[in-house]
Amino acid sequence: MSTPLLELKNVTKIFGGKKDFTVALEDMTFAINENFPKIVTIAGESGSGKTTMGMLMLGFYSPTMGNVLYRGQPLGELDRATRFQYRREIQAVFQDPFAVYNPFYKVDNLLSIPIKNFRLARSKAESRALMGEALERVGLRPEETLGRYPHQLSGGQRQRIAVARALLLKPRLLITDEPVSMVDASLRSTILKALRGLNRDLGVPIFYITHDLTTAYHISDYIIILYRGSVMEVGNVDSIIRDPKHPYTRLLVSSIPWPDPDLAWGGSEEMIQKSQVAFKAITGCKFAPRCPHKMDVCDSMPPGLFTLERDRAVSCYLYRDNEILTREELSKVFTE
Amino acid sequence: MSTPLLQIKNLKVYYHVEAGAVKAVDDVSFDLDLGVKMGLVGESGSGKSTMALALMRMIKPPGKIEGGQMILSGTDLVSLSGEQMRQTRLSRLAMIPQGAMNSLNPVMRIDKQLVDGMLDHNIIMSAQEREKRVAELLEMVDLAPKVAKMYPHELSGGMQQRVTVAQSISMEPDLIIADEPTSALDVVIQRQVMETINRLQQKLGLSVILIGHDMGLMAQSVDQLAVMYAGRMMEIGETRKMFRDPLHPYTQLLIESLPVLENKGVFSGIPGITPSLLNPPTGCVFHTRCPRAWDLCEEKIPEFAEVRPGRWVACHLHTVRTGTKL
Repeated sequence: MSTPLLELKNVTKIFGGKKDFTVALEDMTFAINENFPKIVTIAGESGSGKTTMGMLMLGFYSPTMGNVLYRGQPLGELDRATRFQYRREIQAVFQDPFAVYNPFYKVDNLLSIPIKNFRLARSKAESRALMGEALERVGLRPEETLGRYPHQLSGGQRQRIAVARALLLKPRLLITDEPVSMVDASLRSTILKALRGLNRDLGVPIFYITHDLTTAYHISDYIIILYRGSVMEVGNVDSIIRDPKHPYTRLLVSSIPWPDPDLAWGGSEEMIQKSQVAFKAITGCKFAPRCPHKMDVCDSMPPGLFTLERDRAVSCYLYRDNEILTREELSKVFTE
Repeated sequence: MSTPLLQIKNLKVYYHVEAGAVKAVDDVSFDLDLGVKMGLVGESGSGKSTMALALMRMIKPPGKIEGGQMILSGTDLVSLSGEQMRQTRLSRLAMIPQGAMNSLNPVMRIDKQLVDGMLDHNIIMSAQEREKRVAELLEMVDLAPKVAKMYPHELSGGMQQRVTVAQSISMEPDLIIADEPTSALDVVIQRQVMETINRLQQKLGLSVILIGHDMGLMAQSVDQLAVMYAGRMMEIGETRKMFRDPLHPYTQLLIESLPVLENKGVFSGIPGITPSLLNPPTGCVFHTRCPRAWDLCEEKIPEFAEVRPGRWVACHLHTVRTGTKL
């Protein structure tokens, strides 16, 4: 077994002080191998810890407990050369296609700066060729894109340039945080198509962070459902969306607004629990206060991950008769 | 037949900028009956939000209503004076804004914000009456009575959006315009807010115009669908029929591009880009991207006509009897 490219080991992230704090991510263990070019979605509502997980992987937050390892070394202890390599190999595409651009500079800047910083080209012509190649890969025509200012392009075009910037660096992993949520619905497919192509043609694994299960279902192979910093359900995206097992996943899936008048929002029993419980310390399952299937055991201690099928596991006592999966094995759920 | 609650006739809203007039809404006409929920969809720049602002008469310079009529139960909103329009807002038509967090006053308690509009419309209420009305309104949108004494920052995004829903129904208007009311919310909360709006719509028998680009949300909640493109109305019809059998090529492409359960991994968009509204194409605005355009489409603007009962479409394919009609 080779060392994973990026690994979270029992990572907990807590925001706030001693008295008033929020546990954003709790005891998360997860690994991504270089030679596993799949798209994995991290899904959950606001406050589920999905963005925190992305920020930890990108090294923008440091974990309160546990470690984030890059090729076996903790992020904080990388030497200069390795850190440089890490910065190049792990790339990101963020939510806002407006904020990543400086309105005073042409969009070329977003592409030419990384070329310069990482010394990818020896001449102007070479740099230009690299930029053109990257843009074409995401379905943009360089002659219509380069030399323009951000305001002259649509949100979809700008977001695709951000994808082009990431792939210019030939990343080993791409982390995308809600890349299509601020883009018009009619332009979303162009970005998703670019991401999918990058994953399929260049074999880059993608971490897709979102609250939108429709796009998650369409683009990804596997999904991790988070709720208040803990994993609720993991596994193959098709089987989870078509047949959700965890009560929380059922609530999420039944709330998807499918664009089909015949697939109406069903009266899910999970909907009945409307009261929002404040962020209090919960000793048992985090979803218990909203769960219609709550049992006594749910309040006592958090449920482990129970294996369902070969590529699925769920953290819920309803399935406690199944075999338990250790945290360390979490990423092994995703196998061919 | 009774007259519709709202009749839009040849409405034109232009933004006058240095380079010329941006035709954000160009010659749009439609009717809306009382008690009907209509979804108004279109991509960014299609004019759907301008349409909402025009209905509220809240178009700011350089924008201007250039012509047409908006008749709400017999009154042409375009002809009203500023003061008359101010009295009409909230009492006869109200708006649910896009971002509740930006539309509530952060330093005013919720109860005060709920009655503020009513007091401004010269409704005289005693302290007890106010308290009672606030409690009623909160109950209608499924919020606990204690919310009355809270400030906006103490509420979640979904709860804040419910407060704006409560505000909009406070004077029992006939028409509510909701401009992407749930675009900032999670799926579960989005569904709860939409269900609240739907329930109130039925209970109070209101008409709702829901503006947005999420066809999924539309499929789940509206009776009628109106599709706009580049400032013009393309097609209007009953939601289910529009999804099953779209007539306009633009609607067809739009519906084909939707991610449904059955077509996983298929990413089809509409080829081409939206035209500039400064110099819209001659003839049909969609002809530059339309797979079925022929020479007439470039020359003549298609008439927006009722081709079947309750089904309106602006496309030569359906309105021209001769030529290459299928």
